[in-house]
Amino acid sequence: MSDLVELPLYDLAHSRAGDKGNRANLSLIPYKPELYPILAEQVTEARVLALFAHRGATRCRRYDLPLLHAFNFVVDDVLEGGVNASLNLDGHGKTQSFRLLAMTVQVPRHLVP
Amino acid sequence: MSDVFLVGNGAGFSGDRVDAPIPVVRTLIQRGLPAALFFEVLGERTVALAQLERRANPEAGYEPMLERLLAPVLADCFHHRIPILGNFGAANPPAAARCIARLALRLGLPNLRIAVVAGDDVMGSIALDQLPVHEADGSIDISSARLIAANAYIGAEPLVAALKAGADVVVAGRTSDPALAIAPLVAHFGWSLDDWQKLAVGAAAGHLLECGSQVTGGVFWDPGRKDIPDPANIGFPIAEVTRDGGLIITKAADTGGLVDLRTIKEQLLYELHDPAHYITPDVVLDISGCHIEQVGKDRVAIHGLKGEPAPESLKVTASFEGSWLGEGEVSVAGPNALARAKATADVLLQRLKLRGLPVRARVDLIGVASVHDSDDGALWRAYEGPEPPDIRIRLAAEGATRDDVDQAAREVLALLCCGTAGTGGARWRVTPRILTRSYLVLRDRVPTSITSRTAQEIAA
Repeated sequence: MSDLVELPLYDLAHSRAGDKGNRANLSLIPYKPELYPILAEQVTEARVLALFAHRGATRCRRYDLPLLHAFNFVVDDVLEGGVNASLNLDGHGKTQSFRLLAMTVQVPRHLVP
Repeated sequence: MSDVFLVGNGAGFSGDRVDAPIPVVRTLIQRGLPAALFFEVLGERTVALAQLERRANPEAGYEPMLERLLAPVLADCFHHRIPILGNFGAANPPAAARCIARLALRLGLPNLRIAVVAGDDVMGSIALDQLPVHEADGSIDISSARLIAANAYIGAEPLVAALKAGADVVVAGRTSDPALAIAPLVAHFGWSLDDWQKLAVGAAAGHLLECGSQVTGGVFWDPGRKDIPDPANIGFPIAEVTRDGGLIITKAADTGGLVDLRTIKEQLLYELHDPAHYITPDVVLDISGCHIEQVGKDRVAIHGLKGEPAPESLKVTASFEGSWLGEGEVSVAGPNALARAKATADVLLQRLKLRGLPVRARVDLIGVASVHDSDDGALWRAYEGPEPPDIRIRLAAEGATRDDVDQAAREVLALLCCGTAGTGGARWRVTPRILTRSYLVLRDRVPTSITSRTAQEIAA
């Protein structure tokens, strides 16, 4: 267990972002099923909410899909008013999936793809 | 294989690749199975924008690429009995039908039957202030805001009726996206509209297909990490559905892109909130127990879908005239670009204050931080990393009047003479904004109807 490496999620998983109003959803899909429990433990609602604190996000909910080996994060009030009100170039928040993928986690070396 | 129906998708949004339907239709014909083709072109605000077009021109207000999308495939679909469904009617389905009729006559298809679905447009017929609010943009003052459009998301039922009446093309305005896939399945297999299990399969097929290439490699490909074949020629998706509710997603033959477990997972969760409650007008889809399986090259089967009864209410999205958005951009590049860009940003904000313009503003440093940043520029202000070779400075300003935001955006233009050394490439524009609010309305208050006529009859 001592042989842990710290990596961005980008090296372990992929993600896509969608929007509804001022709420975004971000999927997180590990490349290997064995990574699913590790991400479940480390990519918490609180950490994802903190990732978007600078944009005023108020709540993050994680839905787990163990049969698909995937997670769905729903983040409220993260889109600066949503596509109708935001001053952001990307009012839909489609690019936010790659902000999530920049988050780092610690994984056993043998599970690194 | 005889009891398989194919549903192809020809567009996932207004603005999609106009040549995408061609290989889809070619594949549907090659497969020799009963099939339908659908086009999904309406985003949340598209109907409102189309309604503004229609106000300016009574023959406009439908999908502007309609003729380009249909011209290469309409005759093939007609001759091979592949019905076409689309929400490409947007704010003006009758005008869309006239456009298709003119095209059909040019192609020598006077007997092409076009059905127009009406009923989604509830502006004037339903008093919105009596309805419970479902979701809203924060800043709408409903008493003074000017309504542009109000449309209910209608389900598959009228689309099924149109197909059963022999329509070759079904022109709708606001429908739910999955209804465009559910309807041809219900019409073909004779599924009951309360067979929630089957409708769940149709809804999942619609959800996976409704964004076109997003399930076949679009917004999936990531060079060197998630590569796909021939991204300039991504094949659009096709669902293979069996009478008993089997579902396989594949794509047009001899095209780029791919269908694998990764592309399916990304699209399955796209714009989803609670995976156990994906609400459509026809069924509530539950994918929480679903699992998927690669059953061949570019073929993925979806198992374990569940359906629950359709909601009592339909969603109505109302759009109101909003504020104005002004945007301006200039570039700096080369030595000291980062310092010049940061100074330019500060001066722009200072200028808006000096002039007392009543706008809410933000500056991005594109190339340093923009789309991930916040309105106060927290990320670019904190950035001290390596100097980017080329930075674009963008000002965005929102205000109540066109003139105020135009004046704000023109402050960017003024930088061509007043800015830092080596400032260039100014662009600016002003656009109106739309605010939306959605309501719930009991479905019996949204009656729908269809009008089915041949191209010749419509053109006469």
